[in-house]
Amino acid sequence: MSTLAPTPVGKNDDSAGTRRAGSGDGSSRGSRPGSGRARRLRTVGRTLPLVPSMVLLALFLLGPIISSFYGSFTNSSLTGATAQSSQFIGFSNYTKLFADPDFPKSVVLTLVFLFTSAVIGQNLVGLGLALLMRSAHKTVRAIVGTFVVAAWVLPEIVAAFAAYAFFNQTGTLNTMLAWFGIHGANWLYTFPLLSVILANIWRGTAFSMLVYAAAVQEVPPEITESAEVDGAGGFKRLIYITLPVIRRSISTNLMLTTLQTLSVFTLIFVMTGGGPGTNSSTLPILAYQEAFKFSQLGFGTAIATIMLLVGAIFSIVYIRALKPEVD
Amino acid sequence: MKRSSITSPSHSRRRLATRVLGITAGVMATALMATGCSGAGGSSSNTIKVAYEKFGNFTQLDDHLKAVKKTFEKANPGITIKLEPIAAQNDDYYTKLALMERAPATAPDVIYEDTFKVKADAAAGYLLPLDSYTKKWADWSKFYDNAKEAGVGIDGKTYGIPMGTDTRALWYNKDLFAKAGLPVPWQPKTWDDVLAAAKTVKSKLPGVVPLNVYSGKPQGEGSTMQGFEMLLYGTPKGTLYDASSKKWVSGSKNFTDSLGFIKDVYQGNLGPTPEQALDTNAATVVTGDWLPKSKLAIDLDGSWVSGSWLSTGSNPWPQWSKVMGVAAMPTQDGQAPGVNSMSGGWTLAVGSKTKNPQKAFDFIAQALNKKGSQSYDIAASQIAVRSDVATDPAYVNSNPTSKFFSSLVKDTHFRPATTDYSQISNQITVAMESVMTGQQSPKEAAAAYDTALAGIVGAKSITKK
Repeated sequence: MSTLAPTPVGKNDDSAGTRRAGSGDGSSRGSRPGSGRARRLRTVGRTLPLVPSMVLLALFLLGPIISSFYGSFTNSSLTGATAQSSQFIGFSNYTKLFADPDFPKSVVLTLVFLFTSAVIGQNLVGLGLALLMRSAHKTVRAIVGTFVVAAWVLPEIVAAFAAYAFFNQTGTLNTMLAWFGIHGANWLYTFPLLSVILANIWRGTAFSMLVYAAAVQEVPPEITESAEVDGAGGFKRLIYITLPVIRRSISTNLMLTTLQTLSVFTLIFVMTGGGPGTNSSTLPILAYQEAFKFSQLGFGTAIATIMLLVGAIFSIVYIRALKPEVD
Repeated sequence: MKRSSITSPSHSRRRLATRVLGITAGVMATALMATGCSGAGGSSSNTIKVAYEKFGNFTQLDDHLKAVKKTFEKANPGITIKLEPIAAQNDDYYTKLALMERAPATAPDVIYEDTFKVKADAAAGYLLPLDSYTKKWADWSKFYDNAKEAGVGIDGKTYGIPMGTDTRALWYNKDLFAKAGLPVPWQPKTWDDVLAAAKTVKSKLPGVVPLNVYSGKPQGEGSTMQGFEMLLYGTPKGTLYDASSKKWVSGSKNFTDSLGFIKDVYQGNLGPTPEQALDTNAATVVTGDWLPKSKLAIDLDGSWVSGSWLSTGSNPWPQWSKVMGVAAMPTQDGQAPGVNSMSGGWTLAVGSKTKNPQKAFDFIAQALNKKGSQSYDIAASQIAVRSDVATDPAYVNSNPTSKFFSSLVKDTHFRPATTDYSQISNQITVAMESVMTGQQSPKEAAAAYDTALAGIVGAKSITKK
């Protein structure tokens, strides 16, 4: 399945960023005095090397999006007459979707999953680990780091099965609880959402930890020291010094973990299959179920398109909320 | 991920960059999700690609096709038979097939096709009409007419050659029944009799699962047919579809009653735990483990179940015919005809994108000639659909239950023969799952089904009963 590797995103960001910045210069000509022609030449010169990556982006990213967008307005299916001649049916899929009681439930489950496992879980635990490890002993740091990162480097399907084996009724967790005479619950059945949330925190924390560990090192020691001289305690230093300095990393990390978590599929599919009933059917699971289990490609694509919009909304919110100020 | 220090001369530029990063990341996440994986390798006209299911205890078809491949390749030099077993449970198998059939490069030449999918897949243009080939096939007259009907599309053309059919009934463990003090042989007269026996097993034999009725989304069409329809078609005039008016039945008490039985079984702790029943491998576990190991007393299941216990099966169990008894599923209150059964079956079909339709059909003709049909029907515990096989003593005496299951054919029902049935079947599994897990009452689940039904077929095609 898909894993969102951090490196290619960074790369795309750089190229796209420069490209956008270039055109930005061109459009703000009126407010800024400058020699138009030379600027235009420079802009073209800067844009040219980016053309291949722009073409690739359009081909492999924009293409599927347009196709998904169009597909969501058709009654395309995997079988039946509409499989060979699908028709444009306007907003039917969307009106059907909004009338479906499974949909609001799925949206709520997705948001709960998102906030608890990504925004709160992965980010807080990741930040906590990064801060603690800064002052920890070298061996402790190595051991903890290895354990945390191990969950992250596992292929998603392997991690999912490991989590399944852990939470299963006769799995590791209940076996360990039995040592203490506790009869564990049937986690995957009774608390399906909680189980997948914990599993996603376990799996995703390493990413946040690595991002924050790098960011925390950038906090200038002289500022921290002077705050300490002024009598600021550990908590105050965290609130007034560390967090403001690393806010940029926070926003980037929040956004990446949000988008990653929004598209988590394998983990939930393997652990609970979206069930029991629809009790852990987040939007990706629901989209899969409608498109591939119930053969309604168009309807499933409409759900995927909604996910795309949700992701876009989150990105915009993060960028607005954590907008860096002019210093 | 870290971009640069906060003091920067062109923050607006970076803001833009960050925004682009956000959009790009969002786009990527979704695009990655949207792109699937594609299989490779097209087939030339000299290669016949055969796609079929091989999952759990169902290995008989794999054995059969391997044998046919050997003789076919010898008789047709230059032709290669490429067997492509798909290891997936029914629903996933259908999905995989549909995805293969969409692209010429992956489309199979010969397809193992469920009779209830024939109409939908023929309408989708995945299957080739076979009338011009069956016309010249001498064996075709040996097939029963009602069996031929199962392979016909809505346009009246033949798309699938039937391999065998099946009926459904109650399997019960005589040893456990004796231990629980229940009569052997057992023939319940009403649904309540079935539940009463299950309750006795529950109180007398703790640790034994009293009654298994397949239910929920993971079993797919198996839940609908082995579970729900075995109930619904045993209610007074119970049906999903009124064939005479060509309308789907909505808001019926029969539907709610059938869900009520599912509730009694699962919420009354007479069945497997819902999480056992919602395991994709449930059917494999039932026939491969629970029944042979006497962990399950009563099983509402198909006539093919004993196939895996034969010496040729994946799970040989020589004592099965002594331990296992069979009883017809009673109607709800014992009303006439007193018993209920459902029949389906599978066919072999030719893919519409094949480059060598003649050889593909020849392969099917050889796989389902007298010898081929007979050995497959015996190995897979199928009810024969060829007159010459059905009367052959070797077939008749091959399985002690075949006489019983064949006798159910006179009271059997067939699934609605429409292209949208498979979608409606999905909605039934949704209703079953929400009832068995206690998320909805039978009434609520039936109402949700009615809404979904109207969404699929439209209000005009619905009748209230």
